Amino acid sequence: MFRKFLCLSILLSAFMLVFSHTATAAGDEEDKTGFIMHHVKDSHEWHFATFGNTHITLPLPVIIYSSDRGLEFYMSTQFQNPETHAFGKAYAHNGYYIDEHDHLKALDEDRSFIELSITKNVAMLFIVLAIVIWIILSAASHYKKNPGQAPKGAASFIEPIVVFVRDEIALPNIGLHKYKKFTPYLLTIFFFIWFGNLLGLFPGAANLTGNIAVTATLAIFTFFVTNLNGNKDYWKHVVATPGVPVPLLLIIVPVEIIGLFTKPFALMVRLFVAITAGHIVILSFIGLIFVFESLAVGLASTVMVVFINMIELLVATIQAYVFTLFSAMYIGQAVAEHDHH
Amino acid sequence: MDLIIPGSGLIIWQIIGFSILLYILAKFAWKPILSALEEREKSIEDALKSAEIARNEMANLKAENEKILQEAKIERDQMLLKATDTAKQIIEEAKEKAQQEGAKMIENAKAAIETEKLAALEEVKVQVGVLSLNIAEKLLKKNFAEDAAQKALVEELVKDLKLN
Repeated sequence: MFRKFLCLSILLSAFMLVFSHTATAAGDEEDKTGFIMHHVKDSHEWHFATFGNTHITLPLPVIIYSSDRGLEFYMSTQFQNPETHAFGKAYAHNGYYIDEHDHLKALDEDRSFIELSITKNVAMLFIVLAIVIWIILSAASHYKKNPGQAPKGAASFIEPIVVFVRDEIALPNIGLHKYKKFTPYLLTIFFFIWFGNLLGLFPGAANLTGNIAVTATLAIFTFFVTNLNGNKDYWKHVVATPGVPVPLLLIIVPVEIIGLFTKPFALMVRLFVAITAGHIVILSFIGLIFVFESLAVGLASTVMVVFINMIELLVATIQAYVFTLFSAMYIGQAVAEHDHH
Repeated sequence: MDLIIPGSGLIIWQIIGFSILLYILAKFAWKPILSALEEREKSIEDALKSAEIARNEMANLKAENEKILQEAKIERDQMLLKATDTAKQIIEEAKEKAQQEGAKMIENAKAAIETEKLAALEEVKVQVGVLSLNIAEKLLKKNFAEDAAQKALVEELVKDLKLN
């Protein structure tokens, strides 16, 4: 088990070295570590590697919606220098340009529009969705074809996880009467985050689950699932906590209402920080190699990168578990039947 | 793009993507998987339960068999004991009877012997009487011949008597 783990980490690290080649081409200190933030953030093109002056990238669609012009489709290549792949105001196209920080902007400052581009993370999202759907559906087909049989293939891979989420997360936190209703949601969120985390560790992959937009959306889903299913007791606790004197309610009720929002906020920040920090740490150790340009640092950094990668494989699973667990706890609090007070 | 400011495009795509994922998986994956799991768990539980029942039944059956065997053993022992007793009794009775019979026979024999003896004595008495008479007759006949001869005769007679 440990050996497999180590091999996987070394493999990932080795690829990571190749794909973070950007830094070698760059001259000044700033650019030697610039690839870290570039990797962690979203982008309008998918950059894989740079060899000399050749950039290997995947151009991505830029989609803009505005009330006057409707939906507009462009490619990221239309907004950049074909040689250096640099974005800038100089490469504006049709009234829009992408600035140096990868922001889509309109030349006319007052113009309002909604950006629906397939950015690197959106493309990554599609890949994660496709892989999750493919694996889970192929597992589901086994159950349809062989009812009552022992699991095989994809089914034997996901079954222990499904049983774990159902029996260790949903059942104890939500309770026997209602857990069945929320198990599909918890399973979906677990598998999406887990696969997102793991696939994000691949070299050249996007930092999908470490993007605050993604974690915020997932947290919002949990927020709605929790509060739309909240029963009378739950809302009574929020707006008129029982057993509390009226003057104190003036303090308690606002705190409770803030509490409704801090829960998903904590979910959002936890996942975002854990995954992004992991990526930054790995890339920083790789960045050290290019900053110091010494063999000893290179060796030490590689060892550390392997080590951190191993931890990241664990963190990927733990964070998926934690997000699912807390979602289950919040839902459990909202649907709990209180027979005391 | 910024690190901590969510991009609107990504949020929209994420909402759409995750909703689709949730719908597809809930409808086509989790429903059949969870129900299949539940069904299998139920069937396993049922199988275990029925196995438990069968095991209990087996144990009961075994206990019953044991009981019957035990009872049969006890009965056999009792029967053997009874048979031995009966045999002993019969032997005892036979012995007693034989003894009684023997005693009776001996008694009879004794009685017969006594009778015979008495008869013999009677006859002896008669014979003695006859002999005495004969001797007396012969003595009386020779009484007057000679003394010596008489004596010899008497001695002779007495000798004869002894011989008899």
